[in-house]
This record gives sequence, C-alpha cells and structure tokens, in this order.
Amino acid sequence: MSSIGHNISLHERARRIRRHALRMGEVQGQGYIAQALGIADVLAVSYFHATAYRPDDPEWEERDRFLLSIGHYAIALYAALIEAKIVPEDELESYGTDDSRLPMSGMAAYTPGMEITGGSLGHGLGIAVGMCLGLKRKRSSSFIYTLFSDGELDEGSTWEAAMSAGSHKLDNLIGIVDVNQMQADGPSLGVMNFEPLAPKFEAFGWYTQRVDGNDIDALVVAFDKARRHGGPVPRVIICDTKMAKGVPFLEARERNHFLRVEPGEWTEALKIIDERVAP
Amino acid sequence: MRRSKYVRPDFLSAPAGERPRLTTSAMIASIAGPDQPTRAAPFGHALAALARNDDRIVGMSADLAKYTDLHVFRAAHPDRFYQMGMAEQLLMMSAAGMAREGFQPWVTTYAVFASRRAYDFICLAIAEEELDVKIVCALPGLTTGYGPSHQATEDLAILRGMPNLTIIDPCDALDIEQAIPQIAAHRGPVYMRLLRGNVPLVLEEYGYSFTLGKAKRIRDGRDALIISSGIMTMRVLEAAKLLQRDGVDAAVLHVPTIKPLDEETILSECGKQNRLVVVAENHTLVGGLGEAVAATLMRSAVRPSAFRQIALPDAFLEAGALPTLHERYGLSTERVVASLKAWLDE
Repeated sequence: MSSIGHNISLHERARRIRRHALRMGEVQGQGYIAQALGIADVLAVSYFHATAYRPDDPEWEERDRFLLSIGHYAIALYAALIEAKIVPEDELESYGTDDSRLPMSGMAAYTPGMEITGGSLGHGLGIAVGMCLGLKRKRSSSFIYTLFSDGELDEGSTWEAAMSAGSHKLDNLIGIVDVNQMQADGPSLGVMNFEPLAPKFEAFGWYTQRVDGNDIDALVVAFDKARRHGGPVPRVIICDTKMAKGVPFLEARERNHFLRVEPGEWTEALKIIDERVAP
Repeated sequence: MRRSKYVRPDFLSAPAGERPRLTTSAMIASIAGPDQPTRAAPFGHALAALARNDDRIVGMSADLAKYTDLHVFRAAHPDRFYQMGMAEQLLMMSAAGMAREGFQPWVTTYAVFASRRAYDFICLAIAEEELDVKIVCALPGLTTGYGPSHQATEDLAILRGMPNLTIIDPCDALDIEQAIPQIAAHRGPVYMRLLRGNVPLVLEEYGYSFTLGKAKRIRDGRDALIISSGIMTMRVLEAAKLLQRDGVDAAVLHVPTIKPLDEETILSECGKQNRLVVVAENHTLVGGLGEAVAATLMRSAVRPSAFRQIALPDAFLEAGALPTLHERYGLSTERVVASLKAWLDE
C-alpha cells in the first residue's frame, strides 16, 4: 500500500477517480466513460488499499503489478494513476491528443504505471500468468492484479490462461473481472452467455469471490480475503458493476458502451460527482 | 491440386496378388540424406549449454518440448522449463510476462501454430513491446509430410510483416549452434525456423560461420548467383557441385537472417557480373525470401539480367513422404539442377 494520504477515505478516492475520468472525457467529448465510472470503486480499493507501489518509482521491483487487460479502459486507469500521483494531474488535459502520454487505448510504452499493452482483448490474464511464474522464479512476494472484462470472457485465450493459472498453482495472481453487462454489440449476456461464472473459475481451481463492485466496503473485504487466502491457488474477484455509476443520467442511457456526451453534460456530470457526499 | 477422395489411386488397379508391397512413407520426415553427417538436437544442446552461464534463460513449450528438441534443455535444467500445455496463445502471452520480469524465455512449438494461431499474441504482447522472447519453431516450410495442418509453407510471409521481429532460417546444425548464442545476445524478439532431431552438418567444409543479420557468400561462380536460406542452401550447394561437372559455375549466397535482410550484401552480389539470379527457399513463392530480394532490387538501381524463384507453389500441399514431396514441388537437388540448367539455356 502506498503510504501517502492515509487520511483520505476510499470513497473520496473513488469520487476523485471519477472526477479525473470525466475531465479527461471532456477533452475528447466522448469515450469509455461509463466503464471508468463503473470501475472507479474497484480502482480506488486496488490503488489505495490493496497494492504496494511507489508513486515516484513506477517500476520499483517490489511493487504489486496492476495489469489493465482491457486497453479500452485506459481513461479509467489514467484517472487512478493520476490520483495515485504516478501521473501528474495536469497531464489529464493531454488525454487522447497527439504526442500525449495518455493515448486512447492503454499501452505500456506510453504511460508510467501502465504495465502492459492491452486493447487486443484476451491478453492480460495470460501475460499475468507469465509474470506470476517470473515473480516466483525471483522468489518475490509481490502480487499480480489483472483487470479484465466480462467481454474478455468470450476470448479463448482468457480460458487458456485461467486453466494454466490453476495448473501452475499461481497463488500470487489476483484476477478482477469487471462484469458490467455491456459489450460493443450490446448486453454481454446477449453477446455470449458466460454465466454461471464463479463455478467456471472454481472448476479451474481458483479461489472465487463475487461482490458488488460498487460497494467499497465489500471490495475491501474481498481484496483482503484474496490476498490472505492460504491455498496454493489463483484468486479471482468477480465484480458486478454498474455502467456510468454515480452519474444517474448517464447510468440511464441504454447503450453506453462508448458514450458521446454533449458539452453541457460534462459540467452537469462533474457537478453531480462533486456534490456526492462521501459516507 | 489435391487428390480427389473419389478417385482410387492407380496402383490399386492391379490384381491383389500382383500389387507391389506398399509401405507407409509419410513418416519419413528427416531432411538428412542417407549418407549425410548429422548432429542430434543441435538447438537443444546449444541452448542447454548457453543456459549454464545465463540465469535469465528459461524454456517454455506448448506440449511439444519433445518434438522441438527442447527436451534436451528440460533434462539439463528441469527447474527452468515451463510446460504451458497445448495452448499457443498462452505460450506467447506467458512468455511476454516472463520477459517483463527480466527473464529470456525460449518458447517452442510448430511453425504453423506460432504463425497462424498465435500471431496477435506475438505481435501485441511481445513484438510491440520489443520484449526479449525467442520463438523457435519446428516443421518450417515443407519439412513434414503431414499435409497443410503441419506444413508452415507461409510462416515467413505471415511474420515478415511484423515490426521489431528478427527472423532466422538456418541451414544446418552448424548454423543453429552458432546462431543460438547470437540470438540470445540480441535484445528483442526473434523467430527461428527450427531443424530438429538429426540435423545435417554441411556448412563446416565451407569455412562458414553464422553472423546475425549477415548474408554469407559460400561459393563463388560466374554463371549464376543462387541466393538461398534454410535447408535450400544445403540443396543448392549440392546442386552447384553437380552443375560444376557440366561446366556451370554457380555462386551461392546463404541468407540465414530473413529479417532484417542484409540488403547491402545482396545488392553487391546481384550487381556483380551479368549472372542469372535465382532465389531458392523452403517456403511459398508468396512473401518469402524471393519477394524480399525482389523488393530490395526494385528499390535499388541494380538490375540482374534474369531473376528466377525456386519456391513452393501458392497452394496447400499434399501429404506424403518428404523425399517424394521435395521432388514433386521442386526442392530436391535434382529439381534444382534441372531448373538452373533450363534457365541458363533460355
């Protein structure tokens, strides 16, 4: 865990992550905003409760690695990296612009703290398997967190990786599935029925939990249990999240996989986020 | 054109008692001739030896360690071998992860599976990041009689388009043994076409040595210049000896590094004298060494008097015994000699 800002609540972290994401979205007028708002609570718990890192040294050898398999969610991770002070806040105005360190899709070579290049879906979990094997060779006690989406469950490579993680007894791997029920072509379960999901991971030998991914207290418990579980098995936290969580008029949009937001609506969305009172 | 399943083979038309005794030949998959000196598993032994002094090296395979000579490494360094199962996408992803943690993974499978099935994972997880992963693949081009499921006749065409990837097509055991330490010393992704099992040893007598990125003239000659890679260098050297008896003087330029291509040496050789230039490769005539050399010439002012290709046809090839198929598709020494003579007579 980072030693900075222990007096700031996780709810406030999540609120700020949403705020950073909205401000970046405003730069381009569109983007994967609904995903960023939906996953903000998971990112708050990941970066401000569960993972060890050094803001001034993103490649610190003993850090926990957080892998973004869904390159499309880059705006969400940038928001978390800004809040974690790995990326300077003033850089958010460069989001998606030419020569920016914050391109529209997440790429390792561009951004401090971006561990892998995602975007071609179904890569993250397999790369995590190799990194976990590598960490074990180095006798490292670091964890690999990998955030992937329900859409990535369509990719066979995700399941190759899931099976191998169980087979290789990767107890340093923590998968996080964002089940937000929305893909490019529409509701996820309509694209490909991946349920029942938890039993699938259990059958592959994973320690499996399923939580409300917008319930910070539940997430804290789940991340703690994932880290402390004693078995020689990989761990997965299936997070049911709500697209555009926190901004009701965006939550209500039926097709919010890729949001186009009118200029005035950004101010409205930021106002709603800013008025939220942290419990 | 493939055979039709509706047409019985001609040899079955003879009465049962008079038929010749039929033997199974598809299992004959060695590229070594009957009297050729060979070395066993040169890749496996070279990697195992190198790993003794390099802790970064790990081996990973997709259920084909035994068939890619990686079992030699596995036996020598069992704790450094990772079995990733019959899952080539995972093989490439996990190798990328290993490389990210500072190791140098050497991954093995068949060339068909790496190039056709795992392309996106080599491209995005490994090459885009310039990760230090070595991809060593058996059964390149036409080196098995198992048909298109196992014949990687287009692997170079597929992989040459990938930025950052170095591509090696060695000729024999000596080439492989010398290439391994140089590939390890090169930082970045490398794809090597593997000759496995008892691999011929032919380049020793020519005083040849492998240099990554360099083409090497193995013999000189005034009538023709044969530019070749992989096992075709072996074949054209044999062909050149036979042609010599008929008074034909053929030079051979071996190009084991397909990418980046040693354009300087190729252009220098192509610009010398007024020779027929032939590119010979164990690959379809689409997108391999032949077209790479042609493109190099196109971008230069060098114009050979004639330019020809010895390569596999743009087709899915038949199943059968390797010697039969090499003869059928023009890769045998005899067919190379015949092609050269015909072109020189034009």
